[in-house]
Amino acid sequence: MDASVFQIIWFVLWGVLWAVYFMLDGFVLGTGFLSGVLAKNDTEKRVLINTLGPVWDGNEVWLITAGGATFAAFPTTYALMFSNLYSALLLLLFALIVRGVSFEFRSKLESTTWRTSWDIAIIVSSFLPALLFGVAFGNIFKGIPMKNDFATLNFTYDGTLIGLLNPYGLVTGVLFVLLFAVHGSLYAAIKTTGELSARAAGLANKLWLPLLVVAVVFLGYTYPATRLYDNFLKAPLLLIVPLIAVVSLLLVKVFAVKGAQHKAFLFSCLTIVFVVFTGVTGLFPNLIPSNLDPASNLTIFNSSSSLLTLQIMTVVALICVPTVIAYKIWVYRVFRARVTNEDITGNSEAY
Amino acid sequence: MNVLTLSQLQFAATGMFHWIFVPLTLGLSILTAWMETKYVTTGDETWLRMTKFWGKLFLINFALGVVTGITMEFQFGMNWSEYSRYVGDIFGAPLAIEATLAFFLESVFIGVWIFGWNKISKKAHLVSIWLASVATNVSALIILLANAWMQKPVGYVLRNGRAEMNDFLAVLTNPYGWIKFTHTLLSGYALAAFVIMGVSAWHLLRKNETDFFIRSFKLAAVWAFVASIGVAVTGDFHAVEIARTQPTKFAAMEAQWETQRGVGMNLLLLPDVARECNAVEQLCIPNAISFLAFHDANAEIKGLKDFPAELRPAVTPTFLSFRLMVGLGTFMIIASLLGIILSRRSNFADQRVFLSVMVFAIPAPYLAEQFGWLVAELGRQPWIVYGVLKTADAVSKSISTTQVALSLLGFTVLYGLLGAIDIFLLVKYAKKGPDTDLSTIINVQGRG
Ligand code: HDD
Ligand code: HEM
Ligand code: HEM
Repeated sequence: MDASVFQIIWFVLWGVLWAVYFMLDGFVLGTGFLSGVLAKNDTEKRVLINTLGPVWDGNEVWLITAGGATFAAFPTTYALMFSNLYSALLLLLFALIVRGVSFEFRSKLESTTWRTSWDIAIIVSSFLPALLFGVAFGNIFKGIPMKNDFATLNFTYDGTLIGLLNPYGLVTGVLFVLLFAVHGSLYAAIKTTGELSARAAGLANKLWLPLLVVAVVFLGYTYPATRLYDNFLKAPLLLIVPLIAVVSLLLVKVFAVKGAQHKAFLFSCLTIVFVVFTGVTGLFPNLIPSNLDPASNLTIFNSSSSLLTLQIMTVVALICVPTVIAYKIWVYRVFRARVTNEDITGNSEAY
Repeated sequence: MNVLTLSQLQFAATGMFHWIFVPLTLGLSILTAWMETKYVTTGDETWLRMTKFWGKLFLINFALGVVTGITMEFQFGMNWSEYSRYVGDIFGAPLAIEATLAFFLESVFIGVWIFGWNKISKKAHLVSIWLASVATNVSALIILLANAWMQKPVGYVLRNGRAEMNDFLAVLTNPYGWIKFTHTLLSGYALAAFVIMGVSAWHLLRKNETDFFIRSFKLAAVWAFVASIGVAVTGDFHAVEIARTQPTKFAAMEAQWETQRGVGMNLLLLPDVARECNAVEQLCIPNAISFLAFHDANAEIKGLKDFPAELRPAVTPTFLSFRLMVGLGTFMIIASLLGIILSRRSNFADQRVFLSVMVFAIPAPYLAEQFGWLVAELGRQPWIVYGVLKTADAVSKSISTTQVALSLLGFTVLYGLLGAIDIFLLVKYAKKGPDTDLSTIINVQGRG
C-alpha cells in the first residue's frame, strides 16, 4: 500500500478523534458552564461535579490524543496550526487548566468564599473552551490567512486573535456552545435525580430551539463563507453525513419531549459526532485550508509523516483505540447509576 | 528579549513546574498501590487507613500534574514549530503513543479508584490503582524515550528537509532513554518516600497516631534507601553514557577546560568562564573522573577548550546543578539509612533531632529533581537535538515577542497561584492526619 492510503486512514482517524473528543468533553463543558443555572445549592453543585468526577480527565485525554495524533501523523499541520493560533490556544489552555483543578479543589475546604470562587471558575473555564473550539473550527473551515511554500519551507501567517472573531467564526462558536449546552443538560438530567434532574431536562428542552436556529444559520452561512460544500456537490452521496446530523438533532427534541432522556442524550451524541464529520468531510483532503491561496493549504499529502511512521502509528492505533473504548465502556457502566445527595454527604472521597 | 529567549524561559518554567508534581505522582502511586495490596492481602485496617491518607495527598498532587502536562504537549507546536516540523516524524509518535497507551489508562482508572470505593469489589479496586500506577510509569518511559532522542538521536535519516524515522526499534531501545527512565523513576520513588518520612516525622514529633506513622515511616525508609542507592548507580550510568555521547555536556558538568588524561575530581571547584579556567580547585581525588566516566583511571577527557565557544553550554549553572544534585543524592542515602536504623528502635518517636531533620529534608529530593533537569537540558544547549538541530533554529517564526511575553506572564501568574493553592492544600491535609472513620467503605466492601 502506498502512502496515500495511510494518509487517508489518518485523516479519518483525525476526524474521529476530534468527534469523540467533542462528544465526550462536550457534556463535561456543558454541564460545567450550566452548573450555575442548574444547581440551586451547594449539595446540588456537588452532585453535578460528581457526575463528572470519574470521567472528565479520561474525556480530556481524547484532546491530548487528537493533538498527539496530529503531531505524529501530520507534523507540519501540528506545527503551523499550534503556532499560528498561538493566542487562541493559550486561552484554551488556561481555561482547561483552571477547569481541571476546580473540580478537584472546590470541595476541599468548607468556606463559602472558597467554594463560590471555584464555582465561578468552573463556569468560566467551561464556557471559554466551548466557544473557543467553535471559533477555531469555524476559522479552520473558512481557511486562515497563511502563505506556505512547501518547496522552500517558507511559512508565513498574518492573522490575529481578533481576526478569528469574524462573523462565521462567531456563528460556529455559538453553535458549539449551544450544542454542548443541550448535551450537558441532557447528561445532567440522566445522571441526577429529583428536582435537579427535572430542571436539567427542562433546560435541554428550552435550549433546543435556539440550537436549531443557529444550526440552520450555520449550514446556510457555510455556503458563502467556506468551500466545505464542494466535496458534497462532487459526491452527493456524502450528503448522508449532514443528513444524519440534522435527523439526530430533530430526534433529540422528539425524545426529550417524551421524557426519554437517555435516548435524547444518545442522539445528542450522534448530532455532535456528525456535525464534526460534516466539517471534516467538507475539508478533505485539507486539514487546514489557507484563505489566501489554495496552494498554501495544509493537506494530508503535503503535511504528513513518512510512510514508516504512518504505518507504525496505524498499528498502535489499531491495538490501543479499541482497548481504550472497551474499558471506557466498562467504566461508564460501573458509574451508570445516578448520583444522589446521599452519595455526596456520606463519602469522604467525593469531589 | 526575543522570541527565542522568552520561549526558552517559558518552556523551562512550565517544564520545571510540571516536574514539581510528576515525581511525587510516580512514587506515591506505587506506594499507595503497595499499601492497598497489604490491606487486601492481610485485612489489617491500618493499611487501609494508610492507603486513604497517603492516597489523598497523591490525588491533590496529581491534579496539578495532569493540568500542567497539557501545556507541555501544546507548547511543542506553539513555541517550537520549526522543531515540531523538523523532527515530528520521529518525535510525534511517542507523544501520540503516550496518550493512547498510558494517559487513557491512567486517567480512567484513577477515576475508578477515587469514585469506586463502594461501587466495585475490593479486588477490582486494587487492580484499578495498580493499572493507574503502572500507566503512570509507562507514560514516564515513553516521554523519556522522546526526550532521550533529543539527547542522543538514533534511528533517523535527514531527508525531505527534516529528520525521518528509519528504525523505530532503535528509538524504543535507545540506551540513553532506558538509563534516563530508571534514573528518573527511582528518583521519583525516593522523593515520594522522603515526603512520607517527612510528614510522618512531623506527626511523630507531635505524638499523633504514633503506630500509624511509625509504620509509614519504616516502609518509606526502606523504599527511600533502596531507591536512593539506585538513583546514584543509574546516575553514574548516565554520566558514563554522556561522556561518550555528549562530550560538551560532560565537560561542563565537570568544569573541565583542558583535554587531559587521568583527570581527578576536585571536591571544591569553581569555574571562571571569562578566563576559561577554574578559579578554585581544591581537595583533588586523583584520577576519579576518568575512572568514573570510562572505568579507566587513565582515560582521556575532552576539555571545553576543544570546542568552539558557541557550541559550549552555560558552564557554571550546568556544573553547579550537577554538583548539587549529586550532593543531595548523597545526603538522601545517608538520611534514609539512618531512618532505617533508627525507626527499628523502640524509642524512635523520641528521636526529636532526627525527626526534625527529616521534616526539613522534604525539599532535598525536590531540589535534586530540578537540578537534574537543569543538567540534562542546559547541558544540551545550544542544541535542541544534540548535533542535529540548534535551539535557535527550532523556535516558531509566526509568533511575536509580545505574544510570548504575555503568555509567559500569564503562566507565571496562573501557575504561581495554583501552585500556592495546591501546596496549601497538601500541607493542610498532611497535617490533618488520617481519618478515623472507615465504616462507609468497610461496610460496603465487606459485601463486595
Ligand atoms: C531525587 C532526585 C535525583 C537525585 C538524588 C539524583 N538525580 Fe540525577 N537526575 C534526576 C534526579 C536525581 C532527574 C530529575 O530525574 C534527571 C533529569 C533528567 C533525567 O534523566 O533525570 C537527572 C539527570 C541526571 C543526569 C543528566 C542526564 C542527561 O543529561 O540526560 C546525570 C548525569 C545524573 N542525573 C547523575 C546523577 C548522579 C551521579 C547522582 C548521584 C547521587 C544523581 N544524579 C542524583
Ligand atoms: C518535566 C521535566 C522537564 C523539565 C523540568 C525540563 C526543563 C527544561 C529546561 C530548564 C529547559 C531550558 C533550557 C534552556 O534554557 O535553554 C528545557 C528546554 C527544553 N526541553 Fe526540557 N525539561 C523537561 C522535560 C522535557 C522532555 C520530556 C522533553 C521532550 C520530550 C523536553 C524538551 C525540551 C525542549 C523542546 C526544550 C526547549 C528548547 C531548549 O531550550 O532547549 N523537556 N527543559
Ligand atoms: C515535555 C514533555 C512532556 C509532555 C508533552 C507531557 C505531557 C503530559 C500530559 C498531556 C499530561 C496530562 C495527562 C492527563 O490528562 O491525564 C501529563 C501528565 C503527567 N506527566 Fe507529563 N509531560 C511531559 C514531561 C513529563 C515527564 C518528563 C514525565 C515523567 C518522567 C512526565 C510524567 C507525567 C505524569 C506522571 C503525569 C501525571 C498525570 C498523568 O499521567 O495523567 N511528564 N504530561
